[in-house]
Amino acid sequence: MTPYTKYQSRYNFAFIDESTKKEIRRKLLKAIAIPGYQVPYSSPEMPIARGWGTGGLHVTLSLIGKEDVLKVIDQGSDASVNACNLREFIQSMTQCQTTYDTVDATLIQSRHRITEEALREDQIFIFQVPQPEPLRSVERYEFKTRQMHGEADYAKMWVSLYESFVRHGDIMLGAGYPVKVNGRYIMAPSPIPRWDIPNLSQAKTLYLFGAGREKRLYAVPPFTTVEPLEFEDVKFNIEQFGDQRCYKTKYTRAFLDELYLDDGSRMHVVNDSNFLDKLEAGAEVNPFFNPYLAKIDL
Amino acid sequence: MNIVEVRRLSKQFELHILKEKRIQALESIDLDIAEGEIIGLTGKSGSGKSSLMKCLYRTYLSSAGHIFYRTGQGRVIDLASAGDHEIIQLRKTEIRYCSQFLSVIPRVSAVDVVSEPLMPILKDRAIAQEAAKDLLERLGLPKGLWDAYPVTFSGGEQQRINVARAIISRPRLLLIDEPTASLDTRTKDVVIDLIRSLKTAGTSVLCISHDEYVLDRLSDRRLHLQSGRIVHSIQPSL
Amino acid sequence: MSMQQHPWLLRVENLTKIYGEPGPDTLSKTGPSFESNICPDTDSIVACADVSFDLYPGEVLGIVGESGSGKSTVVKLLCFDMEPSVGNAWLRPYMDGAVDMLHVSGQQKRFIRHHLMGVVYQNPRDGLNFRFSSGGNIAEKLIMAGHMHVGRIRERASFLLEKTEVPIRRMDDLPASFSGGMQQRVQIAKAIANHPPLLFLDEVTTGLDVSVQAKVLDLIRELQQELGVAMIVVSHDLSVIRMLTDRTLVMKNGRVVESGLTDQILQDPQHPYTQLLVSSLL
Repeated sequence: MTPYTKYQSRYNFAFIDESTKKEIRRKLLKAIAIPGYQVPYSSPEMPIARGWGTGGLHVTLSLIGKEDVLKVIDQGSDASVNACNLREFIQSMTQCQTTYDTVDATLIQSRHRITEEALREDQIFIFQVPQPEPLRSVERYEFKTRQMHGEADYAKMWVSLYESFVRHGDIMLGAGYPVKVNGRYIMAPSPIPRWDIPNLSQAKTLYLFGAGREKRLYAVPPFTTVEPLEFEDVKFNIEQFGDQRCYKTKYTRAFLDELYLDDGSRMHVVNDSNFLDKLEAGAEVNPFFNPYLAKIDL
Repeated sequence: MNIVEVRRLSKQFELHILKEKRIQALESIDLDIAEGEIIGLTGKSGSGKSSLMKCLYRTYLSSAGHIFYRTGQGRVIDLASAGDHEIIQLRKTEIRYCSQFLSVIPRVSAVDVVSEPLMPILKDRAIAQEAAKDLLERLGLPKGLWDAYPVTFSGGEQQRINVARAIISRPRLLLIDEPTASLDTRTKDVVIDLIRSLKTAGTSVLCISHDEYVLDRLSDRRLHLQSGRIVHSIQPSL
Repeated sequence: MSMQQHPWLLRVENLTKIYGEPGPDTLSKTGPSFESNICPDTDSIVACADVSFDLYPGEVLGIVGESGSGKSTVVKLLCFDMEPSVGNAWLRPYMDGAVDMLHVSGQQKRFIRHHLMGVVYQNPRDGLNFRFSSGGNIAEKLIMAGHMHVGRIRERASFLLEKTEVPIRRMDDLPASFSGGMQQRVQIAKAIANHPPLLFLDEVTTGLDVSVQAKVLDLIRELQQELGVAMIVVSHDLSVIRMLTDRTLVMKNGRVVESGLTDQILQDPQHPYTQLLVSSLL
């Protein structure tokens, strides 16, 4: 039935050999023990190139078991080429179940989004991270950024926020807004929209981050405080969509995509495809509580 | 009571860049200065007057001997061997030196030059400046020059700045080199009056001068230096 | 009472920096009497050795010497830009002067550096981040001291720029677009941002036009009088030393050859090298 039987006979369960999985799990445990701290790891070769989701794949493959139910998302959509290929690969290497429904998944691998639906204690959420170093934009040398993290020397990061505010009247960081984890490490949340940032804090689920090209793992354990960097008088805020609402569902309390139609007009639509489908079907949804939404309602 | 007791003070310059040439500037000087005493120091140029004064101020390091100085708090310090920080402190609070020619920091106004020694004591710029203006007025410096830079002043005007700067903080020991050289008689009298009023308040003065008029009116006692030695001491016969 | 016993602000003992592996005789075979700071046995280089001094609160200390004399090394060691080979230093406001600041953690050193010191370098690129605006550079210092209010940060930055005579409308411009003199002023504004009791000035006027030099020196002198901050002024230029300092160390081949009151150093220099230096003064 499946054309992948030859791989199954040749490769270990979940592709990665057991001792490497063990190494990755050990590094993940360390990452969980030090929230927000980047742990170097082996980043073994994968059948896809580094930078195409290998970090997330390493984490998923070293954690997945036969009973797991997998969901893979790429910027809100389970149907993109990247998501499909990763899902198919993992499924064929493990024979695990896959799902489209956020609620049914035990493991969710995602690129650049958190689901709109609130995650639970029995779920693990895995991010594919292109650039794990939040300080890279202000300091190009790795040995220096490591020292800066070690000494909690984050003034340069703050100055870059100050400069952004002075130049543009706002902190112009669309995706990957830097956060402070557990009052200590500044962390790159991967390029998720600001909309998703509040959902990292005091969440019930375990968030794991894998950066394959940069060979770093890090984590936000459940019920950990994650704060976006903000000044006393210049505050963090999530994206504002003004009067726009989803053209299909009229929904406003989700992250919206902008669509350009053939006649040049613009429309907005809920980005999270599973969430959108549920809304359209009139199914019950259980979104994250987003404290910044209260401000929008006013 | 003596404020200064100099004992067997010698000063010798060793000029390494001139093939180790040695110059004996002072030889075994003994000198007492009483509290409130004004001593006139005379002698030809090169006789050691300025060297003696600079040794007291520590601009020159003494080669041998002692300069015992009694502070306002009654401590005795050997100015020849005291630590630099002790000397800095005394210069700020008790001992002032007024050189023959005004050498001030450029681009500072006359009023600020004069009031500067008061700043560490008063710590209030406005009050210090008032005191400076008062003094400059008495010394007859034209008002239009108060806010100007003294570098551009005439010799007599600079001299007034120099004297004002030396006496404004009412030091306990005043070392003053040719205070009246380029002043007119009226201003000379003002300077003499100012210094004598310091004396009444207890200031001791060592004053180098060639001016008989000034020496007569100012000094309680005269010392004459020749080749680095005190050759005679003249008590005015009153 | 303790102030009576320890009136110093900064105490430095045996500060030594050697590049390469020193031998047992490295220190005794280098220095001014050998006219060299290169060890003949091991080729190690003695950048500075056995530098000791006390700096009092509000005092301005000059360090003068030719290039390679070790004067800048002393400053770089004291502001943690370099690690000393040997030596100790205590700073009164840090742990009441009881802990050697040269041997604490990097984090502690950074605290000292940014709360208790200001550094102004010869090259503005060493003291300023050229990717940040001049206001941003000052903000960096203020943020390090825990100021997290953009409005108040900008207020304080404006105040400091005004104080150092930089036009406030240039606050959001990059320092690269400034003249050399103005870059030095921004550096000075940044250095004094957190009211440090100690300021290091390393050849700050070298390379500036004479008239600009004069203005920067005036500014430094005015700030010193107004803020009462202690300073260590490194310069090869005796006229800078004469204008700014109370006391001077003369360095040659990595050693202090003479120290004294600045007017004494200038009018009655003792060491042959100092006499040569003074005689070369224009």
